[in-house]
Amino acid sequence: MTLTINDKEYELPSDPRVSLLDFIRHDAGLSGTKKGCDHGQCGACTVIVNGERINSCLTLAIMHEDDAVTTIEGLGTPTNPSALQQAFLSHDGYQCGYCTPGQICSATAMLTEIASGLPSDATEDISTSPKLTDEEIRERMSGNLCRCGAYPNIVAAIREVAEAGL
Amino acid sequence: MTAHLKQNKLDKRNVLDGMQQGIIGKPISRSEGLLKVTGKATYAAEYHLENCLEGVIVTAPFAKGRVTVIDESSVMEMPGVITVISDERMIARAAQGTAGAAPLQKACDVDYWGQPIALVVAESFEEARNAAKHLHIEFEVEDAIFDASEVEVEPQDGATQQGDLAQAMAEAEHSVDISYTTEGHASAAMEPHAAIADWDGETLTVRASLQMLNYNIGELADSMDLDESKVRLISRYVGGGFGSKLGISQEVVAASIAAMQLGRPVRVVMSRQQVFQTIMRRSETTQRLRLAADANGRLTGFGHEALVSNLPGEGFAEPVTQSSEFLYAGENRLLKIDIARIHRMTAGSVRAPGEAVGMPALEAALDELAEKAGIDPVELRLRNIPEEHPATGTPFSSHKLAECLQQGAKAFGWDSGPRKPRNRREGEWWIGTGVASAARVHIVSQARARVTLQADGTALVETDMTDIGTGTYTILGQIAGEMLGLAQEQVKVELGDTRHPRGSGSGGSWGAASVGSAVFVACEAIRAKIASQLGISADMELTLKDSTVSWDEGKKSLSDIIDGKDIAREGHYEPGDITEDYAASGYGAFFVEVAVNRWTGETRMRRMTGAFGFGRVLNEKTARSQCLGGMVWCIGSALTESLLFDPRDGHLVNCDLAEYHVPVNRDIPDLDVIMVEERDPAASPIQAKGIGELGMCGGAGAIANAIYNACGARMHDFPMTPDRVLAAMPDE
Repeated sequence: MTLTINDKEYELPSDPRVSLLDFIRHDAGLSGTKKGCDHGQCGACTVIVNGERINSCLTLAIMHEDDAVTTIEGLGTPTNPSALQQAFLSHDGYQCGYCTPGQICSATAMLTEIASGLPSDATEDISTSPKLTDEEIRERMSGNLCRCGAYPNIVAAIREVAEAGL
Repeated sequence: MTAHLKQNKLDKRNVLDGMQQGIIGKPISRSEGLLKVTGKATYAAEYHLENCLEGVIVTAPFAKGRVTVIDESSVMEMPGVITVISDERMIARAAQGTAGAAPLQKACDVDYWGQPIALVVAESFEEARNAAKHLHIEFEVEDAIFDASEVEVEPQDGATQQGDLAQAMAEAEHSVDISYTTEGHASAAMEPHAAIADWDGETLTVRASLQMLNYNIGELADSMDLDESKVRLISRYVGGGFGSKLGISQEVVAASIAAMQLGRPVRVVMSRQQVFQTIMRRSETTQRLRLAADANGRLTGFGHEALVSNLPGEGFAEPVTQSSEFLYAGENRLLKIDIARIHRMTAGSVRAPGEAVGMPALEAALDELAEKAGIDPVELRLRNIPEEHPATGTPFSSHKLAECLQQGAKAFGWDSGPRKPRNRREGEWWIGTGVASAARVHIVSQARARVTLQADGTALVETDMTDIGTGTYTILGQIAGEMLGLAQEQVKVELGDTRHPRGSGSGGSWGAASVGSAVFVACEAIRAKIASQLGISADMELTLKDSTVSWDEGKKSLSDIIDGKDIAREGHYEPGDITEDYAASGYGAFFVEVAVNRWTGETRMRRMTGAFGFGRVLNEKTARSQCLGGMVWCIGSALTESLLFDPRDGHLVNCDLAEYHVPVNRDIPDLDVIMVEERDPAASPIQAKGIGELGMCGGAGAIANAIYNACGARMHDFPMTPDRVLAAMPDE
């Protein structure tokens, strides 16, 4: 039984209690994904599973046989960062950096959600495709806490990438 | 070689302004930023050590009493379990900031609900967690008091009593006498407290999430009864601190004991609930504000009294009146703080201890005074800026409150006309505006840093200072680069390792000015060495730019001057007489617009402007982020943040991020930050003051004032939750 993380295959753990988050951080050694609360309250552990963002602390690793997981390390590297990673850097969309991987994974999948027409609480007319307003970004990023309070910079970073269509 | 500067005089040289590299102050992106955005920055729990065991803390399910039995045999047969630690050296509480010595130990004597009492160590986290849940303990519970209003209070030292406040109140043309309450706050840094301890038989190395390694090493060594030379602490990346990681916390010592006992590395990460239950809270407060003014709104009397709480034996008392000491005039003054000893977890520093709760009350009271006096609240503040420290007569060094109020008002579009609540409505929302001042006393501490101009023409800066998201890596690189004529990329900064010279630690907003000055002092010494090597007098103008040194008679590349030999200097900065001779502070002003729902009492932030004067801006981008963060904290403390304790058994009810409500992205509107140019010669030889806390000193008061202006509800209890606003809203 295996799953893939960033295109690399891993054996699922023998202990059924291992959360996907602990599997990623500990077993796979990819500590870019963060544990902030372990209860699905902060979003620091957000990863992309089969194209959708989830809180990896709220699911067990063994539930993900054959799933494709993308973590922050799979989005870009220091020498080849993704457009969102670069935008978070230039807009200072973080301070301590601990919530940042979750924010960026979340934002990456969130832009896809808007593009595919999924509405949110901030969507004024849910019968039409949502527009990429600041309020949509704020609403859709509200599952990712940032105690340093970088929210305005996070919105600016996401807006820049979305507007550039990167 | 060490270069030492004790600052006894104003430093008006503004040396950094005369440098030519042109990077100081510039909005340069964080030097460690790419590592953070790609998940490559390594935080405390993320080091891979061979053979590492996992420890899970067991906490007391009662608030006061004694653990009589910890039955190790109840879990030793469980899979993977290695041992149970319940050593007398385990610390019962986290150390207060700058303690430098062990906090209270003997964890079996319990003083608050959730106090760590044991550590279960196993091969895997899942095994340790399961065993921790099954550990059999027995205990004797004693009665305890959890509410500050139920005990006799102790007055704190340092009260101000000047003139006769009661008489000033009686004779005042306009006066207010109002009581306020604020609830407890949690730092809630995103990275939970964590430590990996490793003992090689000689040295105890602990990777931990700590703000002040220069004090933490003494705290850990003392707790473990080891010499400091046998202890090494590493905190290269800290996932937020806000005061919660000033002193060592319980997992650091527990992991250390386990690692030394077992001869294997041990990792201990607190759960989010444990962080809430055992790490510092900000005390709840009850405050009384008395302001007396003459017909022109000039303050003649100023009273600010507060009741705060802490555990027995703790020296810390939330310094609620810290800014009230000097912010406004008033010759008759009474400032005092009482403390109640109760059995909630340790109270300690949470971002802007004192001002964060004292200033909102003061600024809200001032708004009521302005209304009574019929004076615009911006104008009332301007009229009451004192010429000198109103109690001690100490001169101010540099004082930007007026400029902040004026520039902020202009940028915000403040309407200085008559103010009346319920002037503006949009659908079911009342719209209103409010203003408040900001002030945060400036503190510097001694600090050391080593700067090495290396043979390859780059520079290395080393100190055990930390970067907790504040931008230390970046600004120290900028200071060294500016002084040595190097590009930012040519300066490598290494932090968070006690093998480096002792810095100042991150706390009290003093990090940048203190350790930045140490780097500056080291760089000045390197420049003097270069001058002497060139055979020119030290006072001759030396220009270092783009790795080239030029002077009146010549020009030479830095690498030629270095000639293969490193030039290393340790800078040692010490504050001197300057801290006594001048009253230095950062100042600012907040302007907010809110919408209050007429049916639900919900407050939504519409916009917020903050104008701040904090000395030299070392990096526009990271400084602005600090201001933004402070303003976000203002919004949280104003509207949602509140620690709630069960009155029956004293346990913290909302001990996680679902129930303790820090602001989320959608709670935060556009925030406008204005940084008011300033060079404070008393602040530091780099003319910089602190900015980490100023941004949250008073802003919640501006929000209270805006809520009143919007809907007519005068709020005296923070946070201003919908139920409270609704109850205070007058009938239409």
